[in-house]
Amino acid sequence: MSRNGPLALIFHTVFVIVMVAPILVVCLVAFTPEGYLSLPTNGFSLRWFRTIANYPEFIHAFWVSLGLGALSSLVALLFAVPAALAIARYRFRGRDVLAALFLSPLMIPHVVLGIAFLRFFTSAGLGGSFAALIVAHVIIVFPFALRLTLAAATGMDRTVEMAAVSLGAGGWTLFRRVTLPLILPGVISGWALAFIQSFDDLTMTVFLAAPGTETLPVRMFLYIQDNIDPLVTSVSACVIAITMAALILLDRFYGLDRVLAGKGDTGR
Amino acid sequence: MSMAAEERSLRAPWVLTAPALMLFVGVLLIPLAMTVMLSFHDWGQYKGIEPVFILKNWHEIATDPYYAEMFWRTFRIAILTTLLTALLGAPEAYILNRMSGRWKSFFLLVILGPLLISVVARTLGWALLFGGNNGLVNKLLMSLGLIGSPIPFMFTETGVVIALAHVMMPFMVLSVWAALQRLDPQIENAAMSLGAGPATIIRRIIMPQIMPGVLSGAIIVFSLSASAFATPAIIGGRRLKVAATLAYDEFLNTLNWPLGAAVATLLLVALVLIVVGSNALIERRYAEVFR
Repeated sequence: MSRNGPLALIFHTVFVIVMVAPILVVCLVAFTPEGYLSLPTNGFSLRWFRTIANYPEFIHAFWVSLGLGALSSLVALLFAVPAALAIARYRFRGRDVLAALFLSPLMIPHVVLGIAFLRFFTSAGLGGSFAALIVAHVIIVFPFALRLTLAAATGMDRTVEMAAVSLGAGGWTLFRRVTLPLILPGVISGWALAFIQSFDDLTMTVFLAAPGTETLPVRMFLYIQDNIDPLVTSVSACVIAITMAALILLDRFYGLDRVLAGKGDTGR
Repeated sequence: MSMAAEERSLRAPWVLTAPALMLFVGVLLIPLAMTVMLSFHDWGQYKGIEPVFILKNWHEIATDPYYAEMFWRTFRIAILTTLLTALLGAPEAYILNRMSGRWKSFFLLVILGPLLISVVARTLGWALLFGGNNGLVNKLLMSLGLIGSPIPFMFTETGVVIALAHVMMPFMVLSVWAALQRLDPQIENAAMSLGAGPATIIRRIIMPQIMPGVLSGAIIVFSLSASAFATPAIIGGRRLKVAATLAYDEFLNTLNWPLGAAVATLLLVALVLIVVGSNALIERRYAEVFR
């Protein structure tokens, strides 16, 4: 195979620098010892990370995001695993329509979803509640949970199941002891990707969150709207670090290329 | 197969999908229908929302040039962002694909990883880089002699397009990358052995084959950019309104929910039409590639 020429490598270098620069600058500014936005030219300081402790709303928002992400991804899987098994194994009428419906949250702009859920939950008397956030997040992370479970269920070796059936296993036992363990890597990765999606969502959540149920991205967004100071960069640096950790775990567990391939289809 | 087993295999998929189906009908389709209906309701400063059927909001959007300008800005930003990601993302995916194993996976991770990092954090990065007239980007461009005076990036469409292109770039690279994986390297070698130069190979061999990847990436980038919220809100500020930020304002600041619902409904319908339409066009044009 032919190699890249010098021109191609220069293009590549500039491209990578531009891709990384905004993320890098956030992390660097977070370590500034100054009281204003600046790159840390006179040594690094953790002062802005310590300042986070004085802002309980950020800490609270972090816990809301964490709980919301974990719970909504779990609930999404409870619905997605049976649906994925049905779509992977049966050819039935309405199968394509169902699959399209279940993936539709990828195609609907999150601003529209936010408005629809705001209207819906307000008239149901649940406006601004944590329960409303959970339900809304279940819907937006569902496609990711479904996709990865579906991939695992489609690629699964059915003969193992048949062997179990011939040995007398059926129903719940078959699922719990044979099917689930076989699709577990896909299910766990589906959970992790769903968690990241929930943890990151701003556009939909900003419509639904009320003081007390604000998630971290919402809290950060509302803070940035008023002013940008090193505090929000240190919070962002923490978020970036957490995402990186999740990424590395996901890569070890499942292979990041497969996860990202699942995400890359967004909007189709 | 016995009668009972056959009946079970007919029923099983519906039993398995029923919970998810009920969830989607109950808390997705119904709220969406309620939003469309809301766009036909009346609203007044003092009376609030009145559940009547009128075309007031739609009439206002159709006749007030403010909305035409705002939608045009939304789609202009989305188109420019899509062009920028295609022009830079497609060559980068090609270069990545020609790298050797370890470097390839490393740079793929560096370029696609940001996809999973908070959009707020990434946009904040651009706000820091742009930051006023003496931002880092302007300092760099001026020291390189590329520009004489600082370009305003914050609160301008230029800034929004650049930051949005950065946010969307992984989708384009990923899409072109997927198309490149289907490409047979032997064809390139065959062209070379027949005397084709690098430029001819790229134009005649590579381009036609990755075009479906570029186009499907373009559809993803376009639809996500046209409905983007965080980046236009942070970089564009309060004055440079796009559809998503306008709907947000109507809902949470002005509290004119019916008008906000009409803007959102129009955005949804326009995007669905554009995406479905261009998907159909691409599939017809490149039918042989998808077969």
